[in-house]
Amino acid sequence: MCDQTFLAITFGPCDSCSENRPLMNLYIKTEPINYCSLCMEIMACQGLASGETLKSLKAESETLRKKLEEERKKLHDVELEKVAEKAEALGELNMKTRRTLKGHGNKVLCMDWCKDKRRIVSSSQDGKVIVWDAFTTNKEHAVTMPTTWVMACAYAPSGCAIACGGLDNKCSVYPLSLDKDENLAAKKKSVAMHTNYLSGCTFTNSDMQILTSSGDGTSALWDVESGQLLQSFHGHSADVLTLDLAPSETGNTFVSGGSDKKANVWDLRSGQNVQSFDTHDSDINCVKYYPSGDAFASASDDSTCRLFDLRADREVSIYSKDSIMFGAASVDFSLSGRLLFAGYNDYTINVWDVLKGTRVAILFGHENRVSSLRVSPDGTAFCSGSWDNTLRVRQEGRGVGRELKQGGTTLYG
Amino acid sequence: QSLRRTDTGLSESPFISVEAVMLEMQDPKTGVKSQPQKLVITTIPHAITGEDVVTWLANRYTIEAEEAWALGTMLVAFGYIYPLQDHKRLVIKPDTALYRFQTPYFWPAQQWPVEDTDYAIYLAKRNIRKKGVLEMHEQEQYNGLHKWMNHKWDFIVMQAKEQYRAGKERKKPDRAVFDCQERAYWVVHRPPPGTVSAMDYGLERMVDPNAEEVTGQSFVCVCVFSLFSSLVKYSVTCNKHDPFLAPCLPSNPWVTDDVTYWLLNMANVDVPTKMRVERWTFSFGELLSDPRGRDDFRLFLKKEFSGENLAFWEACEDLKWGTAATMNEKAQQVYKTFLARGAPRWINIDGKTMEVTVKGLKHPHRYVLDAAQTHIFMLMKKDSYGRYLKSPVFKDTQKRAIGPDQHRFRSANARKRRPSISPIIVRQQEKEERARMATSGPVDITQVMSKLSNKGKEPSCVYNITVLSCLINPIFF
Repeated sequence: MCDQTFLAITFGPCDSCSENRPLMNLYIKTEPINYCSLCMEIMACQGLASGETLKSLKAESETLRKKLEEERKKLHDVELEKVAEKAEALGELNMKTRRTLKGHGNKVLCMDWCKDKRRIVSSSQDGKVIVWDAFTTNKEHAVTMPTTWVMACAYAPSGCAIACGGLDNKCSVYPLSLDKDENLAAKKKSVAMHTNYLSGCTFTNSDMQILTSSGDGTSALWDVESGQLLQSFHGHSADVLTLDLAPSETGNTFVSGGSDKKANVWDLRSGQNVQSFDTHDSDINCVKYYPSGDAFASASDDSTCRLFDLRADREVSIYSKDSIMFGAASVDFSLSGRLLFAGYNDYTINVWDVLKGTRVAILFGHENRVSSLRVSPDGTAFCSGSWDNTLRVRQEGRGVGRELKQGGTTLYG
Repeated sequence: QSLRRTDTGLSESPFISVEAVMLEMQDPKTGVKSQPQKLVITTIPHAITGEDVVTWLANRYTIEAEEAWALGTMLVAFGYIYPLQDHKRLVIKPDTALYRFQTPYFWPAQQWPVEDTDYAIYLAKRNIRKKGVLEMHEQEQYNGLHKWMNHKWDFIVMQAKEQYRAGKERKKPDRAVFDCQERAYWVVHRPPPGTVSAMDYGLERMVDPNAEEVTGQSFVCVCVFSLFSSLVKYSVTCNKHDPFLAPCLPSNPWVTDDVTYWLLNMANVDVPTKMRVERWTFSFGELLSDPRGRDDFRLFLKKEFSGENLAFWEACEDLKWGTAATMNEKAQQVYKTFLARGAPRWINIDGKTMEVTVKGLKHPHRYVLDAAQTHIFMLMKKDSYGRYLKSPVFKDTQKRAIGPDQHRFRSANARKRRPSISPIIVRQQEKEERARMATSGPVDITQVMSKLSNKGKEPSCVYNITVLSCLINPIFF
């Protein structure tokens, strides 16, 4: 019943550098070649001028590769922090809660932003899913799920539907309606069926497909219209707790994190596990891609957050502090990827400088665990959902707006 | 065979670090200073004050007072430190309020779950000591336990009596201390209703100790320096565009309640902002992912008569992410429009890619166009994109782009907050507009889009209508 699996050589020895890497299937002139993304980039930047043959290209990339290898040997112990030394230090960061969304009767477990940058969907332990206009704090829609512990919810890219699920082992899509009296449950579509609780869900680039993760140890891609299983992803040896889709420009992959302490990267096309990272000491509660798609961050019960570089295939940074002893539940990057916001089980939110590895700020306010945290689509604010039943939208807050001194005069007070 | 674990937020490592801190705090020389305190008629040994705990934590971890207070409260919430006064409120008060370190016997541990049997014994014991001493919620619990543990109630009562007797044999001060500790333990593990409990856990998680682990192959890393540099470069390049690091112009809507920033940056405005245009120059991906940028690029391609490349790329995206039911049909449409001999928008891909693609189209699936799409993407990226950035289309857009000044706002005003047009209405409007376009013939798509966005005069969501538009009538482009 699955879609026909795309049989492609998506992993193996690169025709250029011979390393085992995720591959891109390309054709140059008449020859099919499988290059890893790095070799492809090198080749693409070289350009295919007329007169060049595949052979000469290969020779050229080989020279480049040797050069890179030499550089690598020289900088064997390079760490991200060292490379980031030249980056400017961050100024002081003051955050203020700009909106508090009250209305859930029980723990908020998950939230997601609408692409319109102001609407939010949130789900709770008592089965209620609420759609808010966070800007005005008005509740626009409410759904009562036939299950408790709605651990996953997502806003459709069109802004016209939401998806949610939890202990019912399903992911359901509810088209939203302008009619206040309409019972949204009437038009609900049951899309995903797992054999254990639903821990995460996200729409892909359209309203038509959903990617889910479950306590049954698998993730899966579904067609919304028919409920058909398009692809399933097996490999975790415990509950899959979180997933994140790669930014669309960077390919067809997603990353998942589980109770088995592993973060796995998957190819959507083939269902294969193409990369795995297992440096965490405990369950991985949340994974998020770096905005460029070349790396991802994770939050774990071992009280650390970590950054993993996909092309280097290794962990590159650990964000931890000895005074932080309790699990991290959720992370997200700011727009430039410079800041990492992380919500913890000790009710706080820590803000990290991704490049330098230091903590920039600690935020208080929630009265119970911070269960989910997302930066808005245009990066203008971030929202945190907590077991204290509320959601808070935060932005910088040193009085009103930010001071801008020009020519010695403060533009406004 | 699988184990189910409860998630208390305290798996192995935090346990170790918290317990280590507890030992440090009790060090006679460098720990928190304690002294005997008279409480009612008894003297409690080794009492500590809340403010001493907070100060000690602030010094030990070099953190500010607020964070030290939050950490101290966690230690109380988990039962490592318990309050002597107001014993049901599990917070640390940074003043002279009194606390004690909990004995390790009563430390929270994952090894054994907190048994209802123990709780029943505890409540029974308190009942024996003095009737009517249980609180209302405790009485309710007691009645409940009595009902469902009825079959072992004799055992429970016997245990309670034994513990009571053993307690009486202790010295009075020791007994007082033990009673305090035990009471604190049960406040943590059986909290009064309506209080936040740190013992509240999420769902049980499963770990299969015998499972075969499927790992991706590990491979040798290549030059790490250049990869890290690219991570740094990305951040630094986007720095001024990050609303947490640089001001939004004219202002951040969440801070000033003024939505001008969102209005200026709607999906399909006629005139984009300078910052937005700058992002298009960062990478081809950035240009494509912004609908306004993509429209600009589309206009440029139209002038070069190579619009079919972008149209093809969009059709591939639509196939990949679209609904399964219409996939076959879409694939055939793509073949007819872009790949067949004499197709109206024939794309120029090399022979081998074409061969493989056409062959795949006999049994189409969502990724059947992947090779062709990659080829076309690289073509646009390496060739068209560079020329676009130097083109009159782009330069004109750049010139017209607006750079709003940072606004002077006297104060944020909640009354300024207006609701915005619902994404449902926006989608409806777009549908109607497309229907009208279909009947009215070829039209400049950017004009239509800006008309749509100006209509609402309010922020609309980014809906990828450009893809659908192109598919409805590819001849437009």
